[in-house]
Amino acid sequence: MLRVEPRREASPALTWATPVLAVVLTIVTGFFLFLLLGVDPLAALYAMFVSPLASVYGLSELCLKATPLILCATGLAIGFRAGVWNIGAEGQLILGAIFGGGIGLFWSPALGPLALPVMCLFGVLGGMLWAAIPAFLKTRLGVNEILTSLMLTYVAVLVLSTLVYGPWKDPQGYGFPQTQFFTDISPWTEIPLLLPETRLHWGFALTLLIVAGAWLFVTRSLVGFQVRVIGLAPDAAAFAGFSRTRIIWLTMLLSGGLAGLAGLLEVAGPIGQIVPTISPGYGFTAIIVAFLGRLHPLGLVAAGFLMALSFIGGENAQVEASLPQATTGVFQGLLLFWVLACDFLARYRIRLAQPAVGRAVP
Amino acid sequence: MSTTILVASLLTIIGAATPLLLAALGELVAERSGVLNLGVEGMMLAGAVTGFAATMLTGSGTVGVIAAAVAGMAMALLFGVLTLSLLSNQVATGLALTIFGVGLSALVGSGFVGSPVAPLPKLALPGLSQLPIVGPVLFGQDFLVYLSWAMTAAVAWFLTRTRPGMILRAVGESHEAAHAIGYPVIRIRYLAVLFGGLMAGLAGAFLSLSYTPMWVEDMSAGRGWIALALVVFAAWRPWRALIGAYLFGGVTIIQLHAQTSGIINVPAQVMSMLPYLATIAVLVAISAGPWRGRLNAPACLGVPFRPAT
Amino acid sequence: MRQVRLPRRLLLGAGLGLAAAPLARRVSAADPLKVGFVYVGPITDNGWTYRHDVGRRDLEAALGDRVQTSYVENVPEGPDCERVLRQLAQSGHGLIFTTSFGFMEATLRVARQFPNVKFEHATGYKRAPNVATYNARFYEGRAVCGTLAGHLSKSGLVGYIGSFPIPEVVMGVNAFTLAMQKIRPDARIKLVWVNSWNDPGKEADAAKALFDQGCDIMCQHTDSAAPMQQAEQRGLMAFGQAADQSAFGPNAQLTAIIDNWGPHYIERAKAVLDGTWASQDTWNGLAHGEVEMAPYGPRVTPEAAAAADAVKQGIIDGTLHPFTGPIVDQKGVEQIAAGAVATDEQMAQMNWWVPGVEGQLG
Repeated sequence: MLRVEPRREASPALTWATPVLAVVLTIVTGFFLFLLLGVDPLAALYAMFVSPLASVYGLSELCLKATPLILCATGLAIGFRAGVWNIGAEGQLILGAIFGGGIGLFWSPALGPLALPVMCLFGVLGGMLWAAIPAFLKTRLGVNEILTSLMLTYVAVLVLSTLVYGPWKDPQGYGFPQTQFFTDISPWTEIPLLLPETRLHWGFALTLLIVAGAWLFVTRSLVGFQVRVIGLAPDAAAFAGFSRTRIIWLTMLLSGGLAGLAGLLEVAGPIGQIVPTISPGYGFTAIIVAFLGRLHPLGLVAAGFLMALSFIGGENAQVEASLPQATTGVFQGLLLFWVLACDFLARYRIRLAQPAVGRAVP
Repeated sequence: MSTTILVASLLTIIGAATPLLLAALGELVAERSGVLNLGVEGMMLAGAVTGFAATMLTGSGTVGVIAAAVAGMAMALLFGVLTLSLLSNQVATGLALTIFGVGLSALVGSGFVGSPVAPLPKLALPGLSQLPIVGPVLFGQDFLVYLSWAMTAAVAWFLTRTRPGMILRAVGESHEAAHAIGYPVIRIRYLAVLFGGLMAGLAGAFLSLSYTPMWVEDMSAGRGWIALALVVFAAWRPWRALIGAYLFGGVTIIQLHAQTSGIINVPAQVMSMLPYLATIAVLVAISAGPWRGRLNAPACLGVPFRPAT
Repeated sequence: MRQVRLPRRLLLGAGLGLAAAPLARRVSAADPLKVGFVYVGPITDNGWTYRHDVGRRDLEAALGDRVQTSYVENVPEGPDCERVLRQLAQSGHGLIFTTSFGFMEATLRVARQFPNVKFEHATGYKRAPNVATYNARFYEGRAVCGTLAGHLSKSGLVGYIGSFPIPEVVMGVNAFTLAMQKIRPDARIKLVWVNSWNDPGKEADAAKALFDQGCDIMCQHTDSAAPMQQAEQRGLMAFGQAADQSAFGPNAQLTAIIDNWGPHYIERAKAVLDGTWASQDTWNGLAHGEVEMAPYGPRVTPEAAAAADAVKQGIIDGTLHPFTGPIVDQKGVEQIAAGAVATDEQMAQMNWWVPGVEGQLG
């Protein structure tokens, strides 16, 4: 008879070992999946897990891809800890790109060397503005933030589309939906590269700094403490006089601001202009990243890299192993399922329970 | 607007609203039991592709609809095992289910692209369907549309008027208390999650067998997410889910009609924002009104439960 | 002949993964030319991407062992494309087709890094020594469709489902309208935007709304066959888009504009093999077979068929241009002078509407 017991504290060794186990199980499952699909499993797995990591350029791309995921997830994780369900990071990311990018398009010549910092600032503000709507409706009228933040994401996509297909369209662009390049307007809009010959820019370093800051905020500050208490024990928090309204505003603005910054870093960094598709769903994927990382700053950095690897690996597998794109989704799903399932081992102990001897059967 | 356009528009609105309503009702029951499954989109796609494939292979729409329901439930079972038995995080697992469902349905469906099936037959109720206006609108639909209406009533009745329904709600409000009284919390949640999968599967079947009888990769195009939002809009009440689905579907269709008139001189994208903005606006209006304070989510929504032994 | 697979790399062992790129660049005369394709949608979309993939398969069939093709599908328009392109270029592809407008900047950037690789970007306007552009004159097909509609519409009212307001779409709507009005001067086109390239549900809704308003023929610039299905269900008529959609509307389809990329892909791959490839802009239409018309459906009367054939033949002969002046736009501005025909430049930037088009024309 198997019995499940919760561990008093998640085993630290297992906390790190279980994701590894999950990856191993994914590889085993994937092996058979690919075999079943008639794809060379070794080639596919190599393309997915090894070749993206086998060069400096590959690693730089991994960091670049993980940047928006980690940035969004950092903000979201703090909100989720407080029980604030912002699932509209995607929309906030887009607004950040619009606000920050708008500065780049229209004001960067006047700003001179200040262009990039001001763009970043407005990226944050744009994300905050979009997150402020659900926060306002939640705190003033009790409107559930899941609905508002999600619906506003669709609105954000259409706002972006309105601008890029309309007034912000590059006049020299043959009517195609794209703005001018920021660097054609002012050289000061460029984010310096972290590694030459790659696309990895200083936004990545900034992201890691922000993660560290978030970690300090959650573990060391009084507000961070309040966030945790409100999430874990709302009644106790109310009793202690913590303002839920304040925490909702704080976490919404924080997560919105970081998502907005992520959006700005995408348009000012690798994209270089504003286009109709800025993010392939980073704001949604970041929700998974936040929870895979157990809402812990270090955990979500690891989770961000894992997700980034699974995306890039999927592309590689298409090029190198002729794996249909759909398989990537299945594989990604499997990976996530295994990670989530194995987490169980870190939190619970499975024991072979001795049948109780001599106990009366009721 | 002449009667024919009115009837035709109502029919179009029903088509747009039905998949949202079906999926929202299922999710509503799951959430009432305390389980938040963000995998509606994935379950819907699994239902859509399975329903289409089964119809194509057997030639029977009935088989297709049943297969779609089973596929939705299979996906839900996977979610249940992870979240209820292995106590994984519900939000992350639901999102993973969506990623998995999108990929799996595309993989399975790749052989079924490019050919149509016969749409589900309309079951016109003799006599009634000849009535002006209400006839074709209310009595000339296919099975899944009738089912969506019947299920709204059935779920409402089940949750408020039956004992199992009250137990389900109790489990969602306080699993500790429900467990202490002796209700099998996990089993009840499994059933609720499976019902959610069944309904999402049927919503998928509606897409690939009735709305647009074909299979296209990712054909749900975000409708699973709208269904999730509608559960919140409905404040976890079935009749309000119906209102929400028809509001969203209605505004979607009305803005299409408004576009062709060209009277409102704004970019088309602004018109496309209307369904989302209208849903927010109506929820805000309701929240500010007499319902204020009664819009709370089930207290245990998203909280894993493991019986203390 | 098959898609690329690199199992041999695996046998060499993971340690040699780094060496893969230089290895792949060493191309001897006997090696087949590796041709890569980057798709924006899934190859199963039954429309735009599907037709590019048919072109890829035509290329394989025509050149046999001399080429080896691979593709990456569902590549988001954004920073991801650049990585995919690099991956293709690095793994030894000598010719790469990027098949969506949104890939333009990424194509140019990667082309700068890989001067020996030839790139061809569909629908764009920026070229480089190793970047050519290509597109098809779909508006020629629209003129044939418009002629049929002029003869076959009873109400004189045609529904048109648009994706996004870009010149390509505007050009199609105008060409269709002008051709239809030649037969029926009172013809009107009701245009609805769905803000998507492929969302069967939305397209079906739009088709229903347009039919409800009295349109009896449907035209679309989106990918799915849903509008065709609606036409079939209502006993009305429609034009197929990108591919022959008669399976979805055996009675409803009047004809379809078929994208036929095979000839271009074969020609350009041959040019690379012969060493004669040069950067150029290819914009072929009916005359070169890049735009094909599907066989006329059962509803097409002999009279309509003859008129449509005449238009088609005129375009092929060069005696008829769909945009022959005088053309005055809705604001009363003369866009094409009497006797003149629109230049390629004018068409590529078309942002005005001819009278008779109704909708959100921005």
